[in-house]
Amino acid sequence: MPKKTASRGMQLTGYRRPNGAVGVRNHVLILPVDDLSNSAAEGVARLINGTTALPHPYGRLQFGEDLELTFRTLSGHGANANVHGVVVIGIEPNWTERVASAIARTGKPVETFSIERHGDLNVINAASRAAYRMVQDASELRREPVSVSELVLSIKCGESDPTLGLAGNKAQGRAVDRLVDMGASVIFGETSELTGGEHLIANRCATPALRRKFMQIYNDYIRMIEAQGVDLLGSQPTEGNIRGGLSTIEEKALGNIQKTGSRPINAVLGYAEPVKPGQGLVFMNSSSAGAEQVTLCAAGGSVLHFFTTGQGNIVGHPLIPVIKVSPNPITCATMSEHIDVKLPDLLVGEINLDQAADRILEVFERTANGRLTAAELLRHNEFVITRLYPSA
Amino acid sequence: MAHRALAHKSTDDVAIAVADLKAGEELTIHSLEGGKTHRIKLLEDIPLGHKIALKDLPEGHVVIEYGEKVGRMTKPVKKGGCVHVHNIRTLRWDYGKPKAEGRKKARGASDA
Repeated sequence: MPKKTASRGMQLTGYRRPNGAVGVRNHVLILPVDDLSNSAAEGVARLINGTTALPHPYGRLQFGEDLELTFRTLSGHGANANVHGVVVIGIEPNWTERVASAIARTGKPVETFSIERHGDLNVINAASRAAYRMVQDASELRREPVSVSELVLSIKCGESDPTLGLAGNKAQGRAVDRLVDMGASVIFGETSELTGGEHLIANRCATPALRRKFMQIYNDYIRMIEAQGVDLLGSQPTEGNIRGGLSTIEEKALGNIQKTGSRPINAVLGYAEPVKPGQGLVFMNSSSAGAEQVTLCAAGGSVLHFFTTGQGNIVGHPLIPVIKVSPNPITCATMSEHIDVKLPDLLVGEINLDQAADRILEVFERTANGRLTAAELLRHNEFVITRLYPSA
Repeated sequence: MAHRALAHKSTDDVAIAVADLKAGEELTIHSLEGGKTHRIKLLEDIPLGHKIALKDLPEGHVVIEYGEKVGRMTKPVKKGGCVHVHNIRTLRWDYGKPKAEGRKKARGASDA
């Protein structure tokens, strides 16, 4: 196969949705609004080939900002451009309609079902018939040529070790710079894992107002930790990080930040707030836990995620491909089936950063065009809703 | 060439092993950003990903990596020794000093 480099232009294909948003997958989503509706949603998904259910344990007796975040996470997944159509199932009609109407604003097919006064079996019957039609319609959609500038992407690292700061995240940062220069939006987050390098992120905010907003989010986060009467020393760095050689949160953060590249930060967003194409590099407040952060990015509109790992985080997502990148030779040898882009030769200096970024972007191009990732093949379908406080 | 260890900056206090290294091994360590190289004889085994002291680091020394502060030495280490959680601590929250003072400094740094 001829060697392609990203700088020579990518040939991307995707699915253009009714609102113009571009996806790289074509899912039909069965979305439960609450824990009680998981059974019906999973029932439909078992009956109808080509559907994806998103079971989760929440959606009851939540209130305020926490409820809004759960709604935004659920409707954001429905609205995600990797989704053709959505069947929304809830225990009662009001909250079900609230989630469904936010998705319907994208113009994509949405149908709603509520269980009270019908029961699971009648809902499964009716919802399966709706899903059947949606999958058949989705199966006739064809990929069309799309541009990188139409995509929202996201990044995170996990089970980090110093091989990321030296090699993997540096290469990812080079790839992010190129994607941003080609017009893509790229979301990063991990608020706690900026500790020790938060001044570097603040300095890259495009305006003083964005800088103030970022520092407020960061400082609010630190105050939240301290209000618990604790610090992060027991959990940051993690035991896996320490085994890999990371000693302090500052060292971890400075390695983490390498993957954001060097471009200005053009937006500072709260949890799961929507991101549009063409925004460039975007900070989104998020947990540093892998599945929570990937879920928040998908809710914000990311259609493909890059995940760099040192010791071997194996996270995936039900709707968006997660490309796993590792420079750690032990991880690449012992967990080969989890890693999409292997860069041990970068770690020892046998290839340079531009060659490594080429390798990442070549796999990006193929993945966007339909090649399945390791996480997709291994059914890593982590979907984890961020909670802000307990339910009523 | 295949490196055995690398520093981020030539002025950093530590470099990273990029292979499992053995005590007694003699290395020439380059930095990613160029500049002077370091000749180091390892005093102990240092696994892949772990840090090597590029100079003698006394107790209390603020350690520089990536050209930034990454922690403070809680015990001294000689050039060629291993720097990890047994002899370095974060500068946030603690400093190895009373908590209130550490937190005040952490907040100040956050606002920087």
